[in-house]
Amino acid sequence: MIHRARSSHLGSAFSVADLLAVLYSKTLRIDPRRPDWQERDRFILSKGHACASLYVVLAERGFFPEDWLDDFYQNGSCLAGHATHVGVPGVEVSTGSLGHGLPIASGMALAGKLDGQDYRVFALLSDGECDEGSTWEAALFAAHHQLDNLVLIVDYNKIQSFGSVKEVLDLEPLAAKWQAFGWAVREIDGHNLEQIERVLANIPSEPRKPTCVIAHTVKGKGVSFMEHTLLWHYRAPNSEELAKAITELGDE
Amino acid sequence: MRGAFFRTLVKLAECDERIYLIVGDLGFGVAETFAQRFPCRFLNAGVAEQNMTGMAAGLALSGKIVFTYSIANFPVLRCLEQIRNDVCYHGANVKIVAVGGGLAYGSLGSSHHATEDLAIMRSLPHMTVVAPGDPTEAEAATQAVAEHQGPCYLRLGRAGESTVHRVPISFQLGKAIQVRRGTDLTLISTGGLLETAVQVAEILSKKNLQARVLSMHTLKPLDIDTLLAAARETGEIYTLEEHSVIGGLGSAVAEVLAESGAESVTFKRFGLPSSFSCKIGTQEYLRAQHGLSAESVAEAICCISEKARILVTSAEI
Repeated sequence: MIHRARSSHLGSAFSVADLLAVLYSKTLRIDPRRPDWQERDRFILSKGHACASLYVVLAERGFFPEDWLDDFYQNGSCLAGHATHVGVPGVEVSTGSLGHGLPIASGMALAGKLDGQDYRVFALLSDGECDEGSTWEAALFAAHHQLDNLVLIVDYNKIQSFGSVKEVLDLEPLAAKWQAFGWAVREIDGHNLEQIERVLANIPSEPRKPTCVIAHTVKGKGVSFMEHTLLWHYRAPNSEELAKAITELGDE
Repeated sequence: MRGAFFRTLVKLAECDERIYLIVGDLGFGVAETFAQRFPCRFLNAGVAEQNMTGMAAGLALSGKIVFTYSIANFPVLRCLEQIRNDVCYHGANVKIVAVGGGLAYGSLGSSHHATEDLAIMRSLPHMTVVAPGDPTEAEAATQAVAEHQGPCYLRLGRAGESTVHRVPISFQLGKAIQVRRGTDLTLISTGGLLETAVQVAEILSKKNLQARVLSMHTLKPLDIDTLLAAARETGEIYTLEEHSVIGGLGSAVAEVLAESGAESVTFKRFGLPSSFSCKIGTQEYLRAQHGLSAESVAEAICCISEKARILVTSAEI
């Protein structure tokens, strides 16, 4: 998709691929035939730039035909380079500007509580988004209102747009920060399918607390020359690189 | 207008349990009634306007009608991107309410002068922009935005404004209200300068100039038909707003007139220059400083108006 489109953010898309795979195959209560089903779990990809993986997962689950993926990022397509809800069943909200997902998710989680509904709201944020003040505004709000139906997953691959998190704006101690804000914090290997499934199967993690899952991930996961590198936040693979990546990923 | 807004909102909330009010840690002395009557539908989001607005979008996308409330620029500029992306792009049923539009918080200084809000809100897709002219319009506007499906911006004055409308009004979003008849020229105001517009008309009337006064309470969508009829019938259009002359009512009217092909319409915008107030003072003082007192506006119109010139010339003969 990204090769064909000459688009970007491949490293980010690989970083969240395992998380999305578990969410959409095991965790989320969804019905691809009824994307507006009132009782569905809500999922917000706050790091909208990783949308290639989301589109793939949605197509795989049957929210829309797989051949839509061929037009990703192309003129006239519905599938933009950041998660876009218009004309795309299954995309809960449009994102792309960082720091918007957690406030919206908090509003949806609060609505669920007020209406006595038992759906959960999941928001997947990048580590870079934890720089945004709006994320911490929502962090205060969700804990204050005891939104234990809200789950934040931080894709902690430790590389943001223009450098490593440590160099740009260090988040550490990240788990302690979320704990101090009143969240139940769990740390997992974001590529270990069992760990992901287990942690997401136990929501709320603690009563009356929103859950923050810090998923330690690898940017560009699965392709040796893409892993842990900033370059693949921007670059689209050429044909040779594509072939090599596909071989490494063991796909056809 | 603030009192009218809250009284109306309480009334509406009694009949519609989808209505929520979220404040950004403001509303002391005015929001309490709503909070006490509807504790589950009232939220103080704290001093956190970005979360307030994004969260409001989340509530609205879950079926609620959500009013966000704060003063001056706080519910608008601080969270502008949340308004654009989260509210407007999703067509979320969020009503952004700013009290203290224009120079209402005069002496508090430029941080509290909301003087570009209309321009910015007007440019956002899907946004309806309303600036009622007096408490009567504020009451009607509150009901109208609650009933309207989609994002709205409601710009209110502060408190204690005079009631301009002496008779019951028929209020419809996007439809100007004619407050005074006249065929010589037209004064169009938005927001709290409606009272000034009426005063200008009275001054001009003593000079034998009969001014039509239109309250353009909805800036977007603009009532183009009423505007063009006024241009056709009176030939002179003057806009009044407590807002920068860039992007607000004057600009909106100018855009329509320029594209309408209407010939020889005399036109002038009365508003604030694109600058920060260099003096401290009350709303009334600052209005006068910027030539927005009724006397200044009337005087300026007499200098520009073709009809005024004809009257003077015929008097000299």
